[in-house]
Amino acid sequence: MAQAQIPVSGELPLAVEHHPKAWKWYDYFTFNVDHKVIGIQYLVFSFVMYLLAGLMAVVMRTELYTPDADVIDPNLYNALLTNHGTIMIFGWVVPAAIGGFGNFLVPLMIGARDMAFPRLNALAFWLVPPAGLLLLGSFLFGGAQAGWTAYPPLSVITAKTAQSMWCLSIILAGTSSILGSVNFIVTMLKMRVPSMSWDKMPLFCWAMMATSILALLSTPVLAIGLILLLFDINFGTGFFKPDAGGDVIIYQHLFWFYSHPAVYLMILPIFGIMSEVIPVHARKPIFGYKAIVGSSMVICMVGLFVWVHHMFTSGTPPWMRMFFTVSTLIVAVPTGVKIFSWTATLWGGKIRYTSAMLFAMGLLIMFVIGGLGGVTLGTAPVDIHVHDTYYVVAHFHYVLFGGSVFGLYAGIYHWFPKMTGRMLNERLGKVHFVLTLIGANLTFLPMHFLGTQGMPRRVAMYDPQFTQLNQICTIGAFVLAFSVIPFLVNVIWSWGWGEKASGNPWRALTLEWTTDSPPMIENWHRLPVVTHGPYDYGRHEDRESAVTASHG
Amino acid sequence: MTTAPTPPELLLAEASDDHAHHDYRILGLLTFLVSESLMFGALFAVFLIFRGQFAEWPPADTEVELLLPAINTVILVASSFVIHYGDVAIKKGNVVGLRRWYALTALMGAIFLAGQIYEYATLGYGLTTNIFASCFYVMTGFHGLHVLVGIGLILGVLWRSRVPGHYTAQKHVGVAMAEIYWHFVDVIWVMLFVLIYVLAFVD
Repeated sequence: MAQAQIPVSGELPLAVEHHPKAWKWYDYFTFNVDHKVIGIQYLVFSFVMYLLAGLMAVVMRTELYTPDADVIDPNLYNALLTNHGTIMIFGWVVPAAIGGFGNFLVPLMIGARDMAFPRLNALAFWLVPPAGLLLLGSFLFGGAQAGWTAYPPLSVITAKTAQSMWCLSIILAGTSSILGSVNFIVTMLKMRVPSMSWDKMPLFCWAMMATSILALLSTPVLAIGLILLLFDINFGTGFFKPDAGGDVIIYQHLFWFYSHPAVYLMILPIFGIMSEVIPVHARKPIFGYKAIVGSSMVICMVGLFVWVHHMFTSGTPPWMRMFFTVSTLIVAVPTGVKIFSWTATLWGGKIRYTSAMLFAMGLLIMFVIGGLGGVTLGTAPVDIHVHDTYYVVAHFHYVLFGGSVFGLYAGIYHWFPKMTGRMLNERLGKVHFVLTLIGANLTFLPMHFLGTQGMPRRVAMYDPQFTQLNQICTIGAFVLAFSVIPFLVNVIWSWGWGEKASGNPWRALTLEWTTDSPPMIENWHRLPVVTHGPYDYGRHEDRESAVTASHG
Repeated sequence: MTTAPTPPELLLAEASDDHAHHDYRILGLLTFLVSESLMFGALFAVFLIFRGQFAEWPPADTEVELLLPAINTVILVASSFVIHYGDVAIKKGNVVGLRRWYALTALMGAIFLAGQIYEYATLGYGLTTNIFASCFYVMTGFHGLHVLVGIGLILGVLWRSRVPGHYTAQKHVGVAMAEIYWHFVDVIWVMLFVLIYVLAFVD
């Protein structure tokens, strides 16, 4: 440490802090308060859950290769479909997008040393693994079988122990989500580096703000629904039992008041990732920064008032159907604004076809298809026709797999160098992308046709007339399962032995790229100063090179 | 470790580079309470929907008492003023006053809970008697749990305040947080009281 000359860039000793210079591998398995460690904990844990839930999907698709239930027991099939959906949502997309990328990136992007409440942050993460274990453990008791929606009366009378474990698991994950949201909101309100005004905050942070507000407002309502369900299952109350004077529709309202906004919880951070990845790799300023910020906030507000479109066939009165059809069509508008903004950003850009960019462009295509399916479903007359058919399954897999999962992959390819200090292999990345794109369309496109022809969802057996389309879906599912292999090889190999990454390999302008890869504990020796917008590509070539140079 | 003379601009940088940040716990608590409000909001909504669906609410033979809960309400609302005196005391640096008022608040909270339990024991119907009874026990029980947490927070303040200098006139975020939470629990109770007890006698 003894230096005769102090360098100008400021190698300040971290004297006041009690932490080591860098984390060891085992620090990633402990109650660690560093937001970067927590982000990686979320990402790795949720990816394991993703693989498990994907395996469940492969088993289900194998069962559906033939019309009869000849591979697994239909009750096991029900348990698999319930847990596949639940784990994909509460174990993969939500923790990976919000917990993983949110925790890793938000403090780095706003020039903070950590989140506002680091210990609360660690607590929020450590609530998630028990939630995952509860779901997996429920298979010892037959597994919850009432679908991820857990509608009573089915959920009150089947597999009671497993269903109770399912409820507790979601309550745990929801608590984690609320605590995380509190942390994100306070962090972004108060801890931006002084030179970062609201209009210079990266769009990913804006997306996280909208997401956090939604989670904060909607999650508690689901918690109440599940607590009442737990009482109905275990303590003999009759909230959702019609024979005791209860009302099953109330559960549906409580459930969808959370679970429709949950759709936006799962896609808004992904929209944020898109708004970061596209300008960097198109080398152009984002088109319509303010429009994208505004649309995130409009989605957040209107998204709270569309939930009844899931209940058009639940005896909903006509005026309600009318109102919620209209609000559903309105909420598609701000999403369209974003799609146009990204397309306009790509237009005329010097596009680098990196793996991250390919996944982002794949998302654009997939999400538009999924969105069109959503608009048709949001219209009550169409919905009544295709409700509970494979058309719904096709729609939400296009937006969840083609949207959220593609976005998560884009984010991983984009920020892996920052997280690990190593570059991912681009060639393997492209193989991964092509396989994923083919697999996803092969699996989910035929489901539209199955749905309009009337094949119901959530069944292990089906009419033989649907055999051919189902076989195409199953082949697609195997392609998708296979597509994970190049990705896993790539990540494991690159993390250990990949090419070393510089501080700013993509020549990006947001603040996370002004520090080392991986960033030091507490992120910077000296906090950065914001002198330009986050997306001023091409506008100020000199500034762009200045960021790279100052990093050294 | 030999020390090199530090140039002035580096000192400036270090000062602006403060690793500690302001205490945002109160803002965090308020944000969390927004979420908590929605939790109670959902319960209130469920209660009101059932109320609209039933011809007789509360149904015959599950009527509620008014006197005991009214006394309980007075105690809880009064405790909100009592706890505020503790806050006033610590703002003047008076730790003894803080401890006295906070201990009194915790005692009033405990009396409230005791009254609640007495009411449960004497009502003559249980959780599963009918929908109204289920709503009644879940809502008041859920609120009671919050009172218990509030008492825990106050006891935490009392425990920490035994160390001289832990809370001062300038530094007492924990005291303020316990107070805010207590007010929140109090406001929720007033709403519950109106919904469950007062509305039962309106019809």
